[in-house]
Amino acid sequence: MKPQVAFFDFTSCEGCQLNKLNFENDLLDILKHVDIVEFREAMDDKADHYDIAFIEGSITSPSCVERIHDIRRRCDVLVALGSCAVNGGVNAMKNLHPIDEVRETVYGDDKYLFATLPAMAVSSVVKVDYEVRGCPMTQQDFLKLLIALVLGKQPPKYGSPVCVECKLKENECLYNRGMVCLGPITRGGCDAVCPSFGQFCTGCRGLLDNPNIDGMLEVMTSHGISLDEAKKRMLLYNSNEVQL
Amino acid sequence: MSRDLDIKVHHLTRVEGHGNIVVNMKDGVLEKAHLSIVEPPRFFEAMMKGRSFHEAAIITSRICGICSLGHQLTSLVATEDALGLEISEQTVLLRKLLIHGATLQSNILHAYFLAAPDFLNVGSVFPLIATHKDVVLRALRMKRLANDIGDIVSGRAVHPITPVPGGFSRIPEKAELLEIKRRLLEEALPDGLETIETMKALAGAIPQFERETEYISLKHPDEYALYEGDIFSSDTGALSVHNYLDVTNEFIVNHSTSKHAKYNRSSYFVGALARWNNNHAQLGEEAHAAAEAMGLKPNCYNPYMNTIAQVVEAVHCILDSVRIIDRLMELGLKNEKPNQTPTRYGRGIGSNEVPRGILFHDYTYDNKGNIIKANCIIPTGQNLANIDDDMMKLVPEIINKTKEEITLNLEMLVRAYDPCISCSVHMLEVDFIE
Repeated sequence: MKPQVAFFDFTSCEGCQLNKLNFENDLLDILKHVDIVEFREAMDDKADHYDIAFIEGSITSPSCVERIHDIRRRCDVLVALGSCAVNGGVNAMKNLHPIDEVRETVYGDDKYLFATLPAMAVSSVVKVDYEVRGCPMTQQDFLKLLIALVLGKQPPKYGSPVCVECKLKENECLYNRGMVCLGPITRGGCDAVCPSFGQFCTGCRGLLDNPNIDGMLEVMTSHGISLDEAKKRMLLYNSNEVQL
Repeated sequence: MSRDLDIKVHHLTRVEGHGNIVVNMKDGVLEKAHLSIVEPPRFFEAMMKGRSFHEAAIITSRICGICSLGHQLTSLVATEDALGLEISEQTVLLRKLLIHGATLQSNILHAYFLAAPDFLNVGSVFPLIATHKDVVLRALRMKRLANDIGDIVSGRAVHPITPVPGGFSRIPEKAELLEIKRRLLEEALPDGLETIETMKALAGAIPQFERETEYISLKHPDEYALYEGDIFSSDTGALSVHNYLDVTNEFIVNHSTSKHAKYNRSSYFVGALARWNNNHAQLGEEAHAAAEAMGLKPNCYNPYMNTIAQVVEAVHCILDSVRIIDRLMELGLKNEKPNQTPTRYGRGIGSNEVPRGILFHDYTYDNKGNIIKANCIIPTGQNLANIDDDMMKLVPEIINKTKEEITLNLEMLVRAYDPCISCSVHMLEVDFIE
């Protein structure tokens, strides 16, 4: 029997899910090997049990906490998709400000109308078996994981920084071009897509296992930005991971 | 007819984000009919505080995956307005090409994958692979080309890379643009014409419902406005985007984590139908022929026809993209560096038409180029009050139908707006109560 897979969205932009609808060339082939039993953004059907549940988005409200527990109970394998699910992503930037101030900025006097929690990674609440990093996750990365799971193999792991992939593409270092880039401490697997298109690495795939934070800050500040600015850049996608 | 009706559709499907439809009728009196928005709030305006102008567009594009290009470009326009960054004609043309690509992608996705299943009595596009394979393949082909425009010009269709303040971090190659032009003419144009035939066949299933409302869009002196222009209301005419707060008048309702908006009436409509009603005269003859074939006439008051207006725009985007590429070739592609040297600091406002309607970004920068205050007003948020007003008129008109039929009509109504709820909460469900 084909594996029964489902997609769920929590607090996010749904861009990772959209990237799956963007498998224009491969979508029909993928459907030969898996049954999509739940995917609210694209279909009405609902199911009781899933072999693989793909989770996009962060956990940011009491209802999110309940829903993710319910999904975890009903699935065999749970995969976090994209940086919001993996480590909180950009959502976690709100955790850097006092929660009351955050609510007041957006809803003013009605700040207590809607319940909110600090933005959390899915793994902060339930067990996550696998993850696909990135903002957005890349289609290739997702496909590699899906193929591995369907074949019963281990999906690839990425241990080296974006810098390595950037060098392999023979890009000129963005620091030489007057930019400040997080490539040295950011987990690779993206094929250095941003530097290859002339834009600095924002750190969207999260940090390496043992990042040299102080060294990175030194490099950044020696290239013309303040320590404050350097820290902010580092926190963009890693507010839940870096203690500064 | 004295009837009790209680409809609750929890987490409406085939829309972007989380919403519920709630209808509550007691003894034939409609007490409640609204779209409840339950997407968890994300607090982007708070996250933007203190962030550099280099990061603003990177962050706000993450408001929404489907609309990431629209947010990114609108963010850039706001930043450039605030910091006094002039941009070149080449930059404007490349941005317009990107907007056409994103609009084509989004409109085709909505018409074929999200709306069409309702007309064919299926729950998603997937069963259509077996029954209408050529149609599904055509939709995928059109989406692929639209996304390729994004991939080639902006590095990545979802969360673009190259559009930066003052220009582009990489300029596409001439050969890449010429290949897009070839595919637009040889693939997308015939596919677009076939799409009109398909939609014409489905148009009979579009519910007949009318409610005249206020239509708001951008208006541009020289073209069908998608990138920049003045705000235009079908009730009171034009005003500068710098006065957008006079139009949006956001207010909080307790059934929605997304704020509502109103201008001259209790609600207004934004999106493809508003653009069509306000600016149809600026579309070319091919788009007009498409509209006529699918039964869309100027000043259309049927919100379900928004999907048809989107298909008309798809035709426009295909043809106008060719024109833009021709103009870029005429100018000769230059390897321009982005202009990132601020000439002033302060407040700037950006507004573009994104697939779901008029979008505003408003930033205030300190003299280091960091954001002090940010405000983003999203098309779906602006449409929410209008959707509620539509439901209040629609439910009594169809009250003799079965609960299932009423529910389907309401779901189709909400989907016709192609709501983007992640955006609006920077956030759909249907609840019936009988």
